Amino acid sequence: MASFSQFGNDLYTGKRSYDFVGKKYLWYAIAIVLIALALGITLLRGGFEFGIEFRGGSQFEISKTTNLDQTFAANAVTAEVPKANPRVTVIGGSSVRIQTDQLTNAQNDQVRDALAAAYEVTPKQVTASYIGATWGADITSTAIRGLITFLVLAAVVMAIYFRTWKMSLAAMIALLHDLIITAGVYGVLQFEVTPAAVIGFLTILGYSLYDTVVVFDKIRENTMEDGGETRRTFSESVNLAVNQTLVRSINTSVVALLPVGAILFIGAALLGAGTLRDISLALFIGMLVGTYSTIFIAAPLYAHLRSSEDAIQKQSKKLLQSRKSAAVTE
Amino acid sequence: MAARSTPVKKAWRSLTWLMVIIVGLIAINGGGALLAGWNWVPKLALDLIGGTQIILAPKLESGQSVSADQLNQAVSIIRQRIDAAGVSESEINTQGSSNVVVSLPGIPDQATIDRIESSAKLEFRAVIQTDAAAVSNVGETPSPSPSPGASDSPAPSTSPEPAPSISPSNASDPAWVTPALQKQFDDFNCADVEKANTNVAPADKPLITCEINGTLTDALPDYKYILGPVEVSGERIKDATNGLVANSQGVSTNQWGVNIVFDAEGAKQFGEVTTRLYGLTGARHQFAIVLDGQVISAPTTNAVITDGKPQITGSFTQETSKTLADQLKFGALPIGFLVQSKESITATLGTTQLLSGLLAGAIGLMLVIGYSLLQYRTLGLVTVASLVVAFSITYLIVTILSWREGYRLSLAGVAGLIVAIGITADSFIVYFERIRDELRDGRVLVSAVEAGWKRALRTIFASDAVNFLAAIVLFLLAVGNVRGFALTLGLTTIVDVLVVTMFTHPMMQLLANTEFFGGGHRFSGLDPKALGAVYRGRAQFRAPAASVGSGKAASASKEAARRQTIAERKAAELAAGKPGTSSQRSKGKDS
Repeated sequence: MASFSQFGNDLYTGKRSYDFVGKKYLWYAIAIVLIALALGITLLRGGFEFGIEFRGGSQFEISKTTNLDQTFAANAVTAEVPKANPRVTVIGGSSVRIQTDQLTNAQNDQVRDALAAAYEVTPKQVTASYIGATWGADITSTAIRGLITFLVLAAVVMAIYFRTWKMSLAAMIALLHDLIITAGVYGVLQFEVTPAAVIGFLTILGYSLYDTVVVFDKIRENTMEDGGETRRTFSESVNLAVNQTLVRSINTSVVALLPVGAILFIGAALLGAGTLRDISLALFIGMLVGTYSTIFIAAPLYAHLRSSEDAIQKQSKKLLQSRKSAAVTE
Repeated sequence: MAARSTPVKKAWRSLTWLMVIIVGLIAINGGGALLAGWNWVPKLALDLIGGTQIILAPKLESGQSVSADQLNQAVSIIRQRIDAAGVSESEINTQGSSNVVVSLPGIPDQATIDRIESSAKLEFRAVIQTDAAAVSNVGETPSPSPSPGASDSPAPSTSPEPAPSISPSNASDPAWVTPALQKQFDDFNCADVEKANTNVAPADKPLITCEINGTLTDALPDYKYILGPVEVSGERIKDATNGLVANSQGVSTNQWGVNIVFDAEGAKQFGEVTTRLYGLTGARHQFAIVLDGQVISAPTTNAVITDGKPQITGSFTQETSKTLADQLKFGALPIGFLVQSKESITATLGTTQLLSGLLAGAIGLMLVIGYSLLQYRTLGLVTVASLVVAFSITYLIVTILSWREGYRLSLAGVAGLIVAIGITADSFIVYFERIRDELRDGRVLVSAVEAGWKRALRTIFASDAVNFLAAIVLFLLAVGNVRGFALTLGLTTIVDVLVVTMFTHPMMQLLANTEFFGGGHRFSGLDPKALGAVYRGRAQFRAPAASVGSGKAASASKEAARRQTIAERKAAELAAGKPGTSSQRSKGKDS
């Protein structure tokens, strides 16, 4: 990988540089389009498809059966109602419990008959009832309260650490961008939102901020060390920091995405829908977007936010002027 | 490279401490395995291993019905009670129109079931009449209770006062005792109190009930009471904790009690009650603490309590006092429940999903190792070794938590741990890239490791602090699965910091002194030639980007100076004084 470390060297010295900060309006436009698509398509498709854990659903219990094979039940249910997402459990030693998404009365009867046939029992031995959500409103409300508390604290901690609230603001906007796009994937593909997906979503929240802090720390270092008489404008310093951490960003995201990709592949290819696929899909997309947004949204936005400050404007004007005059005299 | 004693010594010291931590964890686990029947494998959650399904049916009087609101409230309270006992990721939901289903991993004991099903409706009522003899609470509370004045000192026995036929003027008024009530009281048998429906008497009516002493303190008989209407109810409780009871000298006794903190309204009500009772004599000097219709204790009022912080004493053990404190804190269930059925259930996901998850983890780990070696050559082995150390520590802690604190590993938890591979590896990548940057600036490896470490550590701490903050906040505020997630996140973050400071960095310090790495071998991943350090002539040193204007920094704007830490200033100065390293650098190049 000599070429890759050469790539790193050139990025470090500034010999090779990608203009992340300068093309900010292009990245803003892409972000706005993506967010609009995520929100728009999700709304058009009728919002998120929440799983049985959030909405409750139907429950069937086959009592006094000798056949306890769980796959029978799953097949019987999906043959009648393909989108029922059955969860099958054996209760005690002689009952099979099947929980599905909320079914209509007609579907209820169909499924009951199908189950009776599959397990060779009379329909009377299959009882049907409704169950409430295991992920109740109380879990959601405490989780949201926790999140808001966390975000406020994180913004304050970052503002203190970086000694500017503008970094907090840029990081939070990038985070919002990541969360909307990740959630949008579920809305657009109409994947079921399960507790596992929500947990994956929370992981993204931490990862996205984490990634932004790493890059911002380099920006802080570069812009701080510039002092008063630098050869770089503020925006150029920010851009250099992003370039200098680019190899790290690439390596980290590859290393973080490899295990998640493995779970996603195994989960989706070998097992089909399930906890593994749900959590790894949210993670895969979220991590990708999280790394992207640090480079393309958070950093340019921060430079943008600071660019209106008097000191920074004065300094970059002076620099650009001296460069111009240098070019003229040459 | 000449060995530098200080970093090397420090490195060995760190590695020794790390060994101490690992051996300590193994010892805790081993001790648990020998003495307490632990296993070396963490316990699995409901989705992977199954557990027990408990169906709770509401205790309803005829004609009474339960609303959806009450049922949801009950689910929420039961969830908090279960969460308070550990992170088990249990599932609680409603079934049909009146039942609550609780699914717990493993086989719950009677104490767990008690914790779930009892309503925990607490009432403070004034005592109007009792058959408690002079010996009454002596055995129960050997020392005066510390809560200012509320003590269980022997209640002077009084003969029931004749009931005047006027309407009662306050809650302690003997006028509540009508002849009919007196008869009921005389006929009441304490053996029936368990069978009676809890909270039978409405809050504004007197209650006949008993203090059951039979089960624990066998020397004491059960006492019957006629109690006035409810004066302070459990809803007014703001917080409840359990703790050892201190006596009047402030010395802790070995008796457990529950400390209650009332809200403002409750404190006011309680102050009024104690003010009134303080002036009364006999049985009416006492107030009764009633839980689910039974008296837990009936202390006398030795002072007026206005701070709203009474203490409940009784025949508590540490465990029962904790249970009661949790129950009071999360509030009473709107209705009492009875266990209708208790059956084992199998896992919904089962071992195929777990094995697939582990397989995916293994594949992911192999890919990470392959990529690290490709990117960092031999240095990648440090990553691999660090990940192995991180995995071992995490595994040991998860196992200990699972046996000690009731933590259960769910499939989402396994996925979370696999994801942590990436976040942990990022610390190493940040660190390695910093070392490479320092090498590019022309440092020799030994000083590049130290300088790179200082900068990397700052970044690692800052970014891990964000994750840790998320973990703490969510663990404290959230319930259910989110809490399990928070624990996993916090755990992996701590392990990350531990491993990078106590393993990865010391390893780098040691390796920097070897010929292979220090000499910048082609496959070491730290070859200065490949890192571009060589392209500069011997005499001309490109001012390292990090130290651009480092000399100027001192004279720079106040703002910049204020933002610079001492460590950074030193590092900048160090970087500026680089020419001294030129001979070593060229030596590295030649070898």
